[in-house]
This record gives sequence, C-alpha cells and structure tokens, in this order.
Amino acid sequence: MKSNHSKARRTATVVATGLAMSLALAACSSSGGGGADSGTADDIEAALQEKSTITVWGWAPQLDDLAAGFEKEYPNVTVDVVNAGTGDDQYIKLQNAIKAGSGGPDVAQIEYYAMPQFGLSDALVDLSDFGFADYEDDFTASTWNSVSLDGGIYALPQDSGPMAMFYNQTVFDSLGIAVPTTWDEYIAAANTIHAANPDAYITNDTGDAGFTTSMIWQAGGQPYSTDGTDVSIDLQDEGSKKFADMWGQLTQNDLVAPISSWSDEWYKGLADGTIATLNIGAWMPGNLESGVPAAAGNWRVAPLPTYADGTAASSENGGSADAVLKGSDNKLVAAGFVQWMNQGAGAQISIDGGGFPSTTADLESDEFLGYESEYFGGQKINEVFAQSIDDVVPGWSYLPFQVYANSIFNDSVGGSYESKGDLNTGLEAWEKASADYGNDQGFSVTAE
Amino acid sequence: MTSTISGDPVAAPVAPAAKPYKAPRYARKGAQPGTAKKKSTWLTVIMGIGVIYSLLPLFWLFVSSTKTQGELLNSFGLWFSGPFAFFDNIAATLTYDDGVFVRWFLNTLLYVVVGAGGATFLATLGGYGLAKFNFPGKKAVFAVVIGAVAIPGTALAVPTFLMFSQMGLTNTPWAIILPSLISPFGLYLIWTYALDAVPTEVLEAARMDGAGEFRTFFTISLKLLAPGLVTVLLFTVVATWNNYFLPLIMLSEPTWYPLTVGLKQWNAQASTAGGDPIYNLVITGSLLTIIPIIVAFLFLQRFWQSGLAAGSVKA
Amino acid sequence: MTTVSPPATGLVVPRQRSQKRDWTGWKFVGPFMLIFALVLIAPVIYSIYLSLFKEQLIGGNSFVGLDNYAQALGDARFWESLGRVTLFLVVQVPIMLVLALAAALALDSARLYVSSFFRIAIFLPYAVPAVVATLMWGFIYGTQFGLVGNLNDFLGTAFAPLSNTWVLASVGNIVTWEFVGYNMLLFYAALRVIPVDLYEAAELDGAGALRIIRSIKLPALRPAIVIGTIFSIIGSFQLFNEPNILQSLAPNAITTYFTPNMYAYNLSFSGQQYNYSATIAIIVGLLTAVIAYVVQLTGSRKES
Repeated sequence: MKSNHSKARRTATVVATGLAMSLALAACSSSGGGGADSGTADDIEAALQEKSTITVWGWAPQLDDLAAGFEKEYPNVTVDVVNAGTGDDQYIKLQNAIKAGSGGPDVAQIEYYAMPQFGLSDALVDLSDFGFADYEDDFTASTWNSVSLDGGIYALPQDSGPMAMFYNQTVFDSLGIAVPTTWDEYIAAANTIHAANPDAYITNDTGDAGFTTSMIWQAGGQPYSTDGTDVSIDLQDEGSKKFADMWGQLTQNDLVAPISSWSDEWYKGLADGTIATLNIGAWMPGNLESGVPAAAGNWRVAPLPTYADGTAASSENGGSADAVLKGSDNKLVAAGFVQWMNQGAGAQISIDGGGFPSTTADLESDEFLGYESEYFGGQKINEVFAQSIDDVVPGWSYLPFQVYANSIFNDSVGGSYESKGDLNTGLEAWEKASADYGNDQGFSVTAE
Repeated sequence: MTSTISGDPVAAPVAPAAKPYKAPRYARKGAQPGTAKKKSTWLTVIMGIGVIYSLLPLFWLFVSSTKTQGELLNSFGLWFSGPFAFFDNIAATLTYDDGVFVRWFLNTLLYVVVGAGGATFLATLGGYGLAKFNFPGKKAVFAVVIGAVAIPGTALAVPTFLMFSQMGLTNTPWAIILPSLISPFGLYLIWTYALDAVPTEVLEAARMDGAGEFRTFFTISLKLLAPGLVTVLLFTVVATWNNYFLPLIMLSEPTWYPLTVGLKQWNAQASTAGGDPIYNLVITGSLLTIIPIIVAFLFLQRFWQSGLAAGSVKA
Repeated sequence: MTTVSPPATGLVVPRQRSQKRDWTGWKFVGPFMLIFALVLIAPVIYSIYLSLFKEQLIGGNSFVGLDNYAQALGDARFWESLGRVTLFLVVQVPIMLVLALAAALALDSARLYVSSFFRIAIFLPYAVPAVVATLMWGFIYGTQFGLVGNLNDFLGTAFAPLSNTWVLASVGNIVTWEFVGYNMLLFYAALRVIPVDLYEAAELDGAGALRIIRSIKLPALRPAIVIGTIFSIIGSFQLFNEPNILQSLAPNAITTYFTPNMYAYNLSFSGQQYNYSATIAIIVGLLTAVIAYVVQLTGSRKES
C-alpha cells in the first residue's frame, strides 16, 4: 500500500459538522484488498515478473541490503524500505494506519512478542493461504511457534534471539572469580564485583518488560494463556515467583547498575568494564562489535546460569518476523519478498549483515557452528547459541495485547525498582493493570 | 508554558495606557528622570548569572558537537576534548541515512514558509477585519477565537488525527500546514494593533475615492500594519520551526518529518535494542536545527522589539 | 475606535456602517474562520462525540453515554496526573514569573551595562525547540557521565535529577529555562510603554526607585502579569513535550500517566483507547478554561 504523500494535493474545504468525515478521495489507495488474497508459488513468481512497488517498514540494518538483493533478482519490483521508528514507535504507527484503513506498508517487521497482538487483530495476511505452512521445518520450533497463531501463519521469522550470558572476561579474571554457572553463583559474583568497586556492577537493570518476560520464561513460568477471547494472566505462578525472588536479591541490594539499556552511559559501561555481564539475545554480537569497539577481545559468551536444580534452560529475547498487511494492494509481491527474505536467498544476506538466523539449515551448518569470532577472542560463539536454542523452554505465549502491557510495565514494576522493594509486588500490580486493560477492551481476562 | 496544537505561542503582550488616556510618549531607555542613572555593577553581575543559566546548555551543545561519539562519554561536558570533530560531525549528520537530515531541513523550511507565512497572512486579514469592520456575528467570532486558546492541545490532537486520516491527509505535508495556519495570538495582536495603526479616516478617504476594500488593504493598510505583521511573522516562524507534537502523530514515514521529529527519532533509535549509537549526530543535528532560528532572531530583533512595544498599545 | 468627524467641506460623510448589516468584514475574517472551523472547531466537536462512545478490540463500537466521564472521575491515575500538574503550576509558574519580572525590571531600570546583550541572551532559549531543550538537559542531567555526574564527583554529592523525588523539579527547570525569557520580554514591553509623564510626576514627589516600582511599574504591569499567568496556567495543564521526551531516560520516574496530556496520548496511541482519551482531554480542557477565566476575572476586578 503506497503512502499518500506523492499524490496530488487536495484542498480540504470541509465545513465542520463534527462527525467522522469520510470523503471519497480520488486516487486514495485505501481500498484494502486490491490484489489476490491467496496464491501458489507460481502465482507469486508470475506477480514478481510484473512491474510493481512495495513498501516495507522495518528497522533491521540488513533491510537495505535485502531490498537491493531482491531488486537485483526481480528487476521489475521496487522495494521501498522505510524506517518508521523502532519497536513501539513503529507499532503505534502501524496500529494507526490499520485503524485508519490507509497509510500503512505492504510488509512490516514485527517482533515476536508483538505477533499475537497484530496476528489476532485481523490485520495480517494468513500466509498459509500462499502455501507457507510448508516452511515449518525450515525454522526453529520456538520462532515458528511465535508466528503460528490460532491455526494460521501470520509472518515468517526473520531472526531469533535465544538467550545467553555475555560476560567481560577481564573483569572476572582481575577479581579472580569463576564465571557463574548457576544463579546463586551469579549473585555471589555480583556481591564481589560491587564490593571491589562501588561504580562497577555485574549487570544493569532499570526495569525492562522484554527482559523480565524472557527471564520468567527461562524460569519455567507461563503467566499468559489465551483461548479465543479468554485470557488468563498469572504473574505470580511458580516460574514468575522463582525469577522475582532470585532477581530481587540483586535489585533490592543495589547490585544492578541504575543505567537503562541502550543509553550512552550503557555503552560506556560495557566498554570500560563497569557493566560486567549481559543476559540478552543472540543477536547482541553485532551490536557489541559496532557500539563497543573498545572492548574487542574482552567479551565471551556462556549459557545462562541455571536455577538450583541444575537443568539447562533458556528462552528467547527479542527477534522479529516479517508479515504482510491485509491492507496491502500487492499481497503476492509482498509475500514473495517475505519468502525470499527469510526462507530464500535473503536469509544468507541477513546472516552476513550480522543477524542471528532462525532457519534450521543455517543454524546446523558446520560453517555456522565453526565460526570463530574475533571480537570474542576467537570463541565459537554460535555453538553456545545453538545449544541455547535447544534449551528453550517450550510452551510460552504472549498476550494478545502485549505491546500495551509492556508499555505500562515501568508504571507498575518500575515502582519496585525505584523503591528497591519486592519485585513480586510490582508484578502483581502489572498483572492487575494488564487485566484491567484486557477487560476494558472486551476480552475476558482472569487474573489469578 | 507549552504551545497549543497548532504550534502557536499562546501569549499576547498587552499593556493598557495609563488612565486617563492620551497618546503616550514611549519611555526611552534612560529617559526616566530621577537621579542620574549610574550603571550598577552588582545588578549586572546578578543578571550575568541569569545569562549563564540561559546560555549554559547551548554552550554545552556547541562543545559536545565538536566531540566524537567516543569522546562524548569520556570527557567533561563543558570543555573540548579529544580530536576536533566538528566538521566531521556535520558531514556525518548531513549524509547519514542517505542525507535524510537535509530532507528534514527542507521539509521544515516548507512548513515554515507556507505555514507561518500563511498564518501571518490569515491573522492579518482577520485582525484587520475585526478591527475595522462591524459585521454580524463579530462578537461570536471574538468569543470563539479567544475561547479556542484555552483548549488543550491533546483534546484536539487525536480527533484531528482521526479526522485527517479519514480525509487521507495524514502522512502528507497538509496535515502539518493546515493546523499551523491558525494563530489566535496573531489574530489578537493584529486586531489590537490595527485599531490604532490604521486610522479610519484614511479608510474612509480611500472608500470615497472608489477604491475596493481589498485594494485599500493591500495598498494602504498593509504598510501601516507592518510592525505588527512582522512581530506575528516572527513568532509564527518560531512556532512552526519548533513544531513537534502534531507532526509526531500525523506523520508515519520519515519523508515528511520536520527536523524536530527527525531528531527525536534518531535519539529514540540510538536508545533502542539493536540501534546505532549516534548521539554525536543527535547533538550536532540539534545544533544545526537551532542555528537558523537564532540567526533569524538576532537579525530581525529590531523589528520584533518595536513591534511588541507598538503592538501593545490599545485603545 | 475613533469615530469619523465630518470633513471641512461640509459634505455629509456616511455614518459608520454599524447601522445596516454589512458583511464586508467577513471577506477578511472569512479565510481565517474557515480554516479555524476545520482545525479547531471540528476536532472539538468530534472529540465530544468520541467521548460518548467506546470502541473495544473485541466488540467494536458502541454508545455509552457518560460512562467514560464516570470512569475518568473514578480513575486514580487521572487524579494523580491532575494533582501533579497542579503542583507543578503552583510552584513553577510563580517562580518563573517572578524571575521574568525581576529581569524585566532590571532591564528597564537602565542601570545595566550592555543591557541589550542580556535581553537577547535570556530570550534565546525561547527559540530552541522543546525537543532540543529536553535532549540537552537530559544529557546534562546524567548522573554517570553528564554534567550532574561531573558535579557529583567534584562535590561528593549524590544528586539525581531524574529520580522520583526530583524529576518534577527537573522538568520544571527545563520549562522555566525555555520560557523565562519570553515572559521577561512580555513584561519589558509593557514597561516600555509607561508614559514618561508618570515618572516626571514621581520625581517631583521625590520618590525613590523602589517606590517607583511599587506605585508605577507594578500597576502598569498588572494586565501583562495576568495574561502571562493565564497562559502559563494553560501551558502547565498542557504539559507534555518535556516529560514525554525525558521519559526514555527516566522510565520509572516518569510514568505513562505523568501528566494528563501524556495519559491521554498514551491511552490513544499505546492503548488504542481513543474514546477514553478524548474524555480525559475534554475534562482537563474544561478545567483549564474555568481556572483561566477565574484568574482573568480576579485580575481585572482588582484593576477596576
């Protein structure tokens, strides 16, 4: 769907009646549904031979290369990559465009946690209509799980983010501590690091919804479940409590740096060792390489620490998929691009550009596993990540309004961080606020 | 004090003449009689502190724009440090992301010229009409316009957005320009100014000569209204240059962003997962954004100062 | 408005057209009012319409009458945000206006060296967009590597401008910084049109500088002070830009309902709850209008 800015100017002489004005506009492209809604691979291939333009909204740095590669292979297609904001900012605009019925893109990058919200809201094309259900085995189980909702396939996974613990080797060496393998060891190391230097911390945390949900996932919690319009939220289930009790030992005792991730102070801390570890998704190496060049050679990767029972467990943190919007006028071409980008030749381009793959073939290849990263001192980091994928706890799902729930996370749990109080209280408040919203929106939400 | 949704500054400088009314002689600097006005050093020093307060962040901005991204985090904020990267930063700002910054700059120029120019024109026309003509519904017009000033921006933002999206105007420059064409402050200023600045005798004389109203307006009245007009122009220029909230919600793609929204996006992107740390570009971009408006201010200060003073005389 | 006096020739000049219905004025006021209707009146009406409905993700659109208003009046977050901007108003506005007044009086006293430099320098922040101002102060407020951090290291203090306790004051500082020069100029313009005769009379009476300020300048400033106060009140209730931009630096101190405008904005754009958002905005708008009106009445009553 083209944006309207290139259309001729129209004079808006509307007398105020105060009601919603829907004027019929010439050349306005909000017909929503132009173009076939389903098709075979042949249909897609045929459409790609014809002249067309599609708009792609996304912020992944590889998108420009992907667009160029696609245009080279299909010279009649123009791919317009637009950065409409990162994450939430883009979702707001996407929602506005969907509500207005116009002004949105053909393809949109949507993170996994936001997939249920958009998938279940009838805004995305069910790609199984184009035969994409066949691609299930090409992707990892957890990413495929995130894009298949309610029996349909609403996007193709672009990258993935199995969690791992990134740590600054030099900090541990200089203090003579072993790299933690359990959370108890992690907390002990936190104490040692902070005691040695009051400006140094084992990690930073000012309250992040994505981090918290991923960590509850690792702890075995399953706070969210959805069945049609029935939703249940229990942020005090066994896994949630386990995480909150453990992590609370850090937040309540001033053992985490009061620095927000992705701030300039954060980059500084990663460079000079005052932030010693990061528990984050496997897509992080690219960011470390470009944002923290000064610390090259200092960082290593290890599996996430385990809880007391010693079972290896992991979760996904971040990562996005690409979907075709229902309002697109060019669904065949858009679907073709999504398929090429994530399942076809584009997957390699993404990997070359620093993305962490979601395709099983690439993840299992010897080349991938044998890669020795210079930044990480020659370590074969992908082996750790591949193991992490195998350890991802199955059965997790997000809310059909997770984007909103995450946006109010700091309102409730943030209070616990500020006051250095019990994280469980914050989680309960978050649970209530999320449930209130869901009920207000017409879902039947039970908050345990 | 924040601006209304149209980006219009909400204040009207007014001062009634002292009672009983007679044509005031403006107090000239130092014309206040009394003991010989000797300059006070300590007063100057106190004001100096005020100036330091006002200029400190701007100085910090300038110093920071000379630093590289790495140095920004490493050094004391108020003095230079590391390699002098000022010109490198400017080059990077102008070329990052295919030169989108230049595009944003041109967008802002468009919004300012059409928006502020249009707003000044409409306000001058309207204020003149209110001042010099009696017409049915005049009181209602006055009440409604003054009442509009009290409406909070957000009460208008969402419905305007929904309305415009129904009309297909969102994500186009019209979504920015149309709301910025309304300056209640400008209307009020021209209205009060025109009451005195354009004597009715002159208008009557022109009418007797057979000149049409618009002809009279363009050939005679406009010249008389000049100082007030320039004041309104200047304030609407500042308001449209700095317009942020409305473009933020109306525009979904960067093609039509003004500089303010663009800078915010760069800053947000630098602070999100997987983003590029480009704080040095945000800072340099901010500096480049405020330089034109500061220059315009300094250059035209003669006009707005006399306009403010003259415009605040009311019958 | 001056009336027409008959010219010396004895020709009878037509009286003012107030006697018959003359629509000429509309030719001038028309264009303004047309756009005004589109961008101000229409949205207000649409806003009121929206506030009477409710659209849900599940269930669609339905008429709910005054339910949204009832919900708002019982909403703790709404009252908290309202309370916060009222507190902001009561503290920041007087401080800013007093500073602006003092500066204006100092400028007018003609006792400053290079007064035009001061005038421009203090006014300059007004030309800076809120986005840039907040970004600048946001960097400065950083406790690890910002200027405040440097100061803390130097003085051994632990001042955290973006913590819960101080964040409102920090926002107030940014707003004061932006607008004190503007208000200063407002007052200065009013001072400059005080007729010289008054000063001459005062001199004859032997009045000193402070007496002059009290008896001549302040009374002459009253209308300007009233207008400045009213618009600062309106601005305080509308507070949005600065806390919104600062939020990413202080996500736990600045909530999504920090000010009523932020609440309305997030309700609309994060929560898709347009109807409730319109309701909040209308309530705050009415409140603002009432308070502004009361201030204006009080201000002008004192004058007469």
